Amino acid sequence: MAKVTIDDITIEVPDGTSILEAARIIGGDIAPPAMCYYSKLKTSGGYCRTCIVKVEQGSAKDPRPMPKPVASCRTTVMDGMVVRNITSPENLEARAGVVEFLLLNHPLDCPICDQAGECDLQDLAYKHGEEETRYQFPRREFEPEDIGPYIKLNMNRCILCYRCVKVADQITDGRCHGVVNRGEVSQISTYIEQAIDNDFSGNMIDVCPVGALTDKTFRFKSRVWYTKPVDAHRDCPKCSGKVRLWYQGEEVLRVTGRKDQWGEIENNEDGSTAWICNDCRFDKKETKDWVIEGPTHVNRRSVISANHYEGLAAIKADTLRMLGSQPHGVKVDLGEGALDPNNE
Amino acid sequence: MLTDRSKQVVRKEMTWAEKAYLPAIFSGMMITFSHIFKKKATIKYPEQKRPIAPIYRGQHVLKRDEAGAERCTACGLCAVACPAEAITMVAEERKKGEENLYREEKYASMYEINMLRCIFCGLCEEACPKEAIFLTDRLVPSTFERADFIYGKSKLVETIDNPIDVSVRQTQKVLEFKEDKKHKHNRTFLDKINTIIQRH
Repeated sequence: MAKVTIDDITIEVPDGTSILEAARIIGGDIAPPAMCYYSKLKTSGGYCRTCIVKVEQGSAKDPRPMPKPVASCRTTVMDGMVVRNITSPENLEARAGVVEFLLLNHPLDCPICDQAGECDLQDLAYKHGEEETRYQFPRREFEPEDIGPYIKLNMNRCILCYRCVKVADQITDGRCHGVVNRGEVSQISTYIEQAIDNDFSGNMIDVCPVGALTDKTFRFKSRVWYTKPVDAHRDCPKCSGKVRLWYQGEEVLRVTGRKDQWGEIENNEDGSTAWICNDCRFDKKETKDWVIEGPTHVNRRSVISANHYEGLAAIKADTLRMLGSQPHGVKVDLGEGALDPNNE
Repeated sequence: MLTDRSKQVVRKEMTWAEKAYLPAIFSGMMITFSHIFKKKATIKYPEQKRPIAPIYRGQHVLKRDEAGAERCTACGLCAVACPAEAITMVAEERKKGEENLYREEKYASMYEINMLRCIFCGLCEEACPKEAIFLTDRLVPSTFERADFIYGKSKLVETIDNPIDVSVRQTQKVLEFKEDKKHKHNRTFLDKINTIIQRH
């Protein structure tokens, strides 16, 4: 076990845990944002540098600070390590620089993009970015391209996080998807121009942090904040069948996997990741195909929560979840029966 | 007694003059006739118009860009900003060959404002990232049917030969505010061409 202090909060984690995972155990704003790291995908992370943190003390044995910000997703904790994330102004400044780099070639066509409202890059740019770009050259441009019959690739928006490539490598059987060329001209492409017909290829849409890979069956149908997410499941022979349906009125506009608070697909009961198959995602768009479990809890800070009223109980639960995640044990009295979800 | 202003009803017998009602009628007529010589409270509307404030917010317009293409990209931000939930829209993908009609890859195939719901607050104009929707100094005319107040694209989008002037409300302060919204990415097709021409 290693004792690590992140933003003045000390936590004990098993050896080999990354700083980012340790920060996620603490939770809240202390967890660094991640664009390329995806805990459910092996060897992901280390490309985007948004999760950089300042290491003030390397370990108890060698207390020297690390010379420059380190990628917290790829750096493991040491006993006695002291890390600063949001309590270090220069770290936040460095992160703003990273965001500026990520947005160099990004077209900022959020009004058109289907991902707007649930886009990791949008959230990141709003929270950590600068107001204006200093880049004055033409942005790289690619023609939008179809990857198979269901997925649209808009390479302009891609930030080359490699998540989709890892999905194609690890979830699907054969490698059908990769990055060709290098540097500024590098692009995601179907491997040797093969259309993706694997059963789990649709998960690339869910892992994409930006709007580069989007669902063609949902293309321009609605905006994310006008749809109503509902958790549902079905008995699927291929996958776990645990999905989120996005309703507009009576119509299921889109089916996605269930994402947790870090924007990653949730786990099944047995600990495996609840990836969903293409049948569930693209073909089952009738209410009668599904067993509805109930409305999804939407974070009230999300734009998707617009016009969704969950009552006071949800806000209280939200507050308690945030306070409860802090090991300091901040004591806040919310009043008698505040924990009871039936108490409005 | 609840208030000190209540009066006791007096049922006294009316005099002969009061019973004849003529003095009361004449005094009433005097008031009526005196109004002939006073200033009229009404105006003859379509010919004559009341002065309006320079920042008056009236009927909306969906602007076209310099090349005549519709600016609206159906992003839905006006609808989500609208406190009266008066705006609805349906988006569609631009097909090849329609580049002169719609500026962006996506456009609004249906765009409706319910003028009975609209409170003319101008938040849609503020929310618009594409400088597409503006409130103008035009009045929304009254009609007899409720359905007539739901304005579709035919009533909202300006025609190419008759552009609606929206510059009155775009004062220095407003323009500074809009500059603050950072629209530098939002360059029109013509701008792009011009920069290419200048480079060569």
